[in-house]
Amino acid sequence: MNNPELEGQVAGFSDAGPAKISANKVSVFYGEKKAIDEVSIDIHTKYVTAFIGPSGCGKSTFLRTLNRMNDTIPSARVDGEILLDGEDIYRSKMDVVQLRARVGMVFQKPNPFPKSIYDNIAYGPKIHGLAESKSDLDGIVEQSLQRAGLWDEVKDRLSDSGTALSGGQQQRLCIARAIAVDPEVILMDEPCSALDPIATARIEELIDELRGRYAIVIVTHSMQQAARVSQRTAFFHLGNLVEYGRTSDIFTNPREERTKDYITGRYG
Amino acid sequence: MSPAIFVLVAIGLGLVGWLAARSRAWAFASNEGARLHSLPNYHGWYVAMWAFVPAVIFALVWNAVSPNLVMQAVLSDPAAAKLPEFGITRDTVLAEAMAVASGSAQGVFNPLARELVEPARNAMRLYSIIGLVVTVLVGFAAGVFAFTRLRPDFTARTRVERGVMLGLLVASLVAILTTFGIVASLLFETIRFFGMVNPIDFLFGTQWSPNPMGDPAFTNSEDYGALPLFWGTIYIGAIIAMIVAIPLGLMSAVYLTQYANPTFRKWMKPILEILAGVPTVVYGYFAALTVAPFIRDVARSVGIASASSESAIAAGLVMGVMIIPFVSSMADDSIAAVPSAMRDGSLAMGATKSETIRKVLIPAALPGIVAGVMLAISRAIGETMIVVMAAGAAANLTGNPFESMTTVTYQIVAMLTGEGSFDHPATLSAFALGMVLFIVTLALNFFALRVVKRYREAYE
Ligand SMILES: Nc1ncnc2c1ncn2[C@@H]1O[C@H](COP(=O)(O)OP(=O)(O)OP(=O)(O)O)[C@@H](O)[C@H]1O
Ligand SMILES: [Mg+2]
Repeated sequence: MNNPELEGQVAGFSDAGPAKISANKVSVFYGEKKAIDEVSIDIHTKYVTAFIGPSGCGKSTFLRTLNRMNDTIPSARVDGEILLDGEDIYRSKMDVVQLRARVGMVFQKPNPFPKSIYDNIAYGPKIHGLAESKSDLDGIVEQSLQRAGLWDEVKDRLSDSGTALSGGQQQRLCIARAIAVDPEVILMDEPCSALDPIATARIEELIDELRGRYAIVIVTHSMQQAARVSQRTAFFHLGNLVEYGRTSDIFTNPREERTKDYITGRYG
Repeated sequence: MSPAIFVLVAIGLGLVGWLAARSRAWAFASNEGARLHSLPNYHGWYVAMWAFVPAVIFALVWNAVSPNLVMQAVLSDPAAAKLPEFGITRDTVLAEAMAVASGSAQGVFNPLARELVEPARNAMRLYSIIGLVVTVLVGFAAGVFAFTRLRPDFTARTRVERGVMLGLLVASLVAILTTFGIVASLLFETIRFFGMVNPIDFLFGTQWSPNPMGDPAFTNSEDYGALPLFWGTIYIGAIIAMIVAIPLGLMSAVYLTQYANPTFRKWMKPILEILAGVPTVVYGYFAALTVAPFIRDVARSVGIASASSESAIAAGLVMGVMIIPFVSSMADDSIAAVPSAMRDGSLAMGATKSETIRKVLIPAALPGIVAGVMLAISRAIGETMIVVMAAGAAANLTGNPFESMTTVTYQIVAMLTGEGSFDHPATLSAFALGMVLFIVTLALNFFALRVVKRYREAYE
């Protein structure tokens, strides 16, 4: 950690064990424009980490660097170092396919493939050769749907199109799809912003249940949501990581004036 | 007198109406201080429309009926009594007289015609003067009627809008009505054809050997079996051409949308689209002079003795190449229309680019691609020039692509340009063939458009 302000807080995470993901002075550029400025942060397994901050501050951008989804944007460039279990994911020998199997992602808008529910879940395991047989695959599909809390709703219509589900179900389908490849980290970019409060509550429960197995990072615009689901909160502003700490500390006792302004709503 | 004069007169009336109405509207505003509902220009256009449109409609009608009136007048002339009652001489003499009278011909061959020139000229002059006067009266009356309706609160704007809409409607009906006209005439001739040839024999018979010089009274239905033509059309246009066009078109679309860098794409897309505009006769040359002999030589050298210099495969291959831009541009559009969230979702699962394309993008774009292929087939089977130049005239019902084959379009051309008289069944068969082709392409287009529409809705 190079940011002296953060030293104390990170020390406070000593109970968390070694970092799953460790970002070191990461900067991201879109062409000439700097969208993320030397962000350093550690992310741990079995914790939900929330990224909060005003629109355009770079939360999505930073999240996407963690599984190299920025590679799909031609103008994007990443500086610095991101370690997954101590290995730099931007090193030239890194296999992006492997990386994304380990670091899954759920998007803001549910984006099921226009395939059957079953095929949506089976997609990842097939690509990565995780199932030896049809019954293996059936098992993975059932287990993933069960963990995503969707099994009971769809078990009788696995061959229906995934796009025929409701928005909330679609989002849980996308979460199920992500956990079907048995990732270590799940990144979620505003996973509830297209959902109503009931569906949102359902997803939040799910996130809480999943926490035991994965490192989860969630971007959200809702302070309440961050407070409800996360144990760690990182506040971003204008491409900088302003403050990072226990969620309870951030919300009750922020160190930074900007954080305080933002979470009390005095700030855009 | 030429119709242009009538139109000019109507335009003149319209202009006068426009100016008068506009100044009237100004007068409302300035003299009486009234608030106008519509701008003065709209008042102008309103009156101009009234003055112009009825006058032009009358002029058009008059142009259509006045030749008959002139003819009546000429026939009632004493000199016309010397004309033969019926037959070709009577018609030519009258036509000659008319031509000279209207100034489009100089001298006459038939002395009788010379006598009729003078009455014809008089009648023409009379009727065009009548026409012009009535045109002016109609335009003027309608213009005055419109003018008297002007008030400060007159809703000229709404009425002009309605007039514009009607004009556009008429314009769009022209194309549709023309199509109906074409279909009606096709249908009429087709029915005549089926009066002479049994439809079952035509649709399912396997022997195509019409004799345009034969006596129509002894038409043998069995010579009009069009099955070999249908087969040739499908084999060349929907099978061989598509075997070429679908994979190549699809792959080029995938490359352009997913792999090519933006500059390359910027250049390649228009170039492909220009290819689609190359006249088909050029492809025909290429097929007939380069591809067909080459294929024949290659086929013979590997021992296919039946290879002919006009072969289905030559025509089909070149047609396939011609259709590539068509398939590729439709596929390109539908792949590009797949939401990028779909692609990102797949990439985020750890799928590679080509896995994403094969398993997500193409399946998602499939309806659009299928529709593109259907449109491409309907183009290919209606294509004429290439098959005329490269496929041959022999109606073979065979699966051997190296043999010569013929298609519906080829036979339409052959029958219509043949020596048969116009009511010979061989000539009429062209209309029946055209009807079949029309129905098939219409059905293909119809289904393709429906698929595209359903697909669009799915992503909105
Ligand atoms: N593809 C891109 N190309 C260029 N600039 C981009 C791109 N994506 C994001 N940016 C810029 O980078 C900055 C950060 O964007 P980002 O999407 O990460 O913000 P965010 O914090 O996720 O905002 P929001 O809360 O609105 O989602 C913004 O200024 C944005 O304009
Ligand atoms: Mg964002």
